[in-house]
Amino acid sequence: MGVIWNYLGDPAHWSGSDGVPARVLEHLEYTFLALAFVCLIALPLGLYVGHTGRGSVAIAGTANALRALPDFGLLVYVVLLISGQLPASLAYLLPSVLVLVILGIPAALSATYAGIQAVDPAARDAARGMGMTGSQVLWRVEVPNALPLMLSGIRSSMLQIVATATIAAYVSLGGLGRFILDGQSQRDYSQMAAGAVLVGVLAILLDLIVAGIQRLVVSPGVTGRFRTAGPGRRPSLVTSSQEGSVVPTT
Amino acid sequence: MITYLQDHFQQTVERFYTHAWLAVLPLVIGLVLAIPLGWLASRYRRVYPGVINLAGLLYTLPSVALFVIMPSIIHTKILSPINVVVALTIYTVALMVRVIADALIAVPAEVRSAAVAMGFTGLGRFLRVDLPIAVPVIVAGLRVAAASNVGLVSVGALIGVDQLGSLFTEGFTLFVGSIVLLGILLCVLLALILDTTIVLIGRRLTTWQRAVA
Amino acid sequence: MNRTRVILASVATVAALALTACGGGGDNNPLSSGSASAAPTDTIVVGSANFPESALLAQIYAGALTAKGVKVSTKLNIGSRETYIPGLQDGSIDLIPEYSGVLLQYFDKNATQVSSADVYAALKTKVPAKLTVLDQSTAEDKDSVSVTKATADKYKLKSIADLQPVAGQLTLGGPPEWKTRQTGAPGLKAKYNVVFGNFKSLDAGGPLTINALKNGSIQAGDVFTTDPNIVANGWVALDDPKFLFAAQNVLPLINKAKASQNVSDALNAVSAKLTTEVLLDLDKQVILDKKDPATVAKSFLSSNGLG
Repeated sequence: MGVIWNYLGDPAHWSGSDGVPARVLEHLEYTFLALAFVCLIALPLGLYVGHTGRGSVAIAGTANALRALPDFGLLVYVVLLISGQLPASLAYLLPSVLVLVILGIPAALSATYAGIQAVDPAARDAARGMGMTGSQVLWRVEVPNALPLMLSGIRSSMLQIVATATIAAYVSLGGLGRFILDGQSQRDYSQMAAGAVLVGVLAILLDLIVAGIQRLVVSPGVTGRFRTAGPGRRPSLVTSSQEGSVVPTT
Repeated sequence: MITYLQDHFQQTVERFYTHAWLAVLPLVIGLVLAIPLGWLASRYRRVYPGVINLAGLLYTLPSVALFVIMPSIIHTKILSPINVVVALTIYTVALMVRVIADALIAVPAEVRSAAVAMGFTGLGRFLRVDLPIAVPVIVAGLRVAAASNVGLVSVGALIGVDQLGSLFTEGFTLFVGSIVLLGILLCVLLALILDTTIVLIGRRLTTWQRAVA
Repeated sequence: MNRTRVILASVATVAALALTACGGGGDNNPLSSGSASAAPTDTIVVGSANFPESALLAQIYAGALTAKGVKVSTKLNIGSRETYIPGLQDGSIDLIPEYSGVLLQYFDKNATQVSSADVYAALKTKVPAKLTVLDQSTAEDKDSVSVTKATADKYKLKSIADLQPVAGQLTLGGPPEWKTRQTGAPGLKAKYNVVFGNFKSLDAGGPLTINALKNGSIQAGDVFTTDPNIVANGWVALDDPKFLFAAQNVLPLINKAKASQNVSDALNAVSAKLTTEVLLDLDKQVILDKKDPATVAKSFLSSNGLG
């Protein structure tokens, strides 16, 4: 097992454009760039479909279909298709980020849509009864209630993106996958293992951060952690599943 | 694409078969391992958070990282398909433990009481009452695991395991899109086959749901 | 009661199927770990590196052997030399097309031979005990440091030595193993005192390197000398007067135990027909015309009476 730490223990590997910090930054760049687009596309779409109820079948179908696509294959295919037509700096970055976005959308989209759908109709009804308009209902009632599921969807998307960004090294991108692929070519297992460990740690750290954000942002009443035992209701462990990653990732 | 398929039919079929096994074996082993673990977590509430968090942690790790770390843990060769099977089994267990635990917890109290009243005890009750009721949820989780596994196996091409993912690497080195597309289509086909099979098995096991309707 | 039986029966069936897969050997069994015990002793496993010419040559070898009645299976696109040589040594593969100079360098880091004959002679002594090399062909395919015509004109580049003053401002692209190999970046420094400003890990003379040189994200790239892209794009493969890249004749590297008379004859017959011009043409068909390597291999064999 010690071989895993050989590469990381060498200070020479922590500096320069192919050192650990540089690669971690690259990986984060790709991840957040893709995640930003995922949120820009999936969240409004999910909110719209959940709130108005229109297009739900189409959305559910598309989201499921996208999940069946193999990430690696899609990455290679899109790069093959469009990298030739792009200028040097974007040639592989653009198709890669495009694929990362495509693969990240299903989780965030279906979680957002499911979250809005699952809002207690009584709450919605009460809001309308109080005189709120449609968009007020959306932003003041539905979204706060749907927040746990929405955030867990974003969390799943993010993990999916981090994982696929690792493979993007195959099409000459940087990031932590570089250690894995280069280490394999150079027959340097220690380098491969270093890349694997770094990616794992990064994924866990990012996941913890979003979990932290979830705890901060979601209104305590919604999490159900403080749900009291009413008549005929037992305190339920099921609610803890709302805080976790409900929608599994790659 | 068609000519490629004609010229390399045997090899493509072998790769499809290998890919199928590499995806299905972890599903089966993972499910079998996850059932007792999920039951433990559902039965002993103190254990639940620990088990679920560990499962969540394992599920967070990107697949290619697990493939690469395997050799140093289980002492296989780097190009070995066993790395893929073990890693995907870990994923399946990590996913299914939470699914099974939550499904078992959600078995209505009234049903349990009725079963106990009818004389079911311990293992008998688990196998004949709790587990069958949990089947729909387990099936849902298994479908996700199956689709996920099919995609992950193709990443194994990066560590030299010959399956449908090899169509991606070959297609790339030759820079021929149709080979890659063939690989994608076959992966989707495999995912569909597995999905349908799981759904059908689930339906077979839950005949009572349709009897009511 | 009925339900339990169905569940148990399904689990038992699948478990039984899984066990039969464990029990049966065979090439499409994912659990056979590719060790020598899995492949029957009369089958030759032909491997290849992860670039098109290697896969093409492997297909040619495989076709020639099949024509002589030898049982063959292929494992193409394994990876770099560092990845597949261990595979040869542990029996995962038996035969692979190789290039004399770089192979010698791999087994003997201090080798100084540069001519075809010298390299071949030295190689025969340095190859590990279990392996051997058969006859070499006259076909050569070397690594090169290639630049676009524009770059060559701009810096007046004719040979690698001319890069010395300007390399610091340029980016070199090549396979990841070039960062550490004697015949890669370290060798450029040692022999020519050429140190590039940046190194980009791409692929072994494959589409990533070709495209990177085309679109300017690298200024110098490791392009194989038989790659038709050099001629097609007007690139300049810089001269190598100090022989960093020694003679690189194509030859089969094979497990001694599998090199029967039949096998050796078949492979030597192939080597006799391979010249650099032939290789250039075959590569053009695969890389530029995008023809299927298996088809190109077949037509080469049949037009030379080998299969």
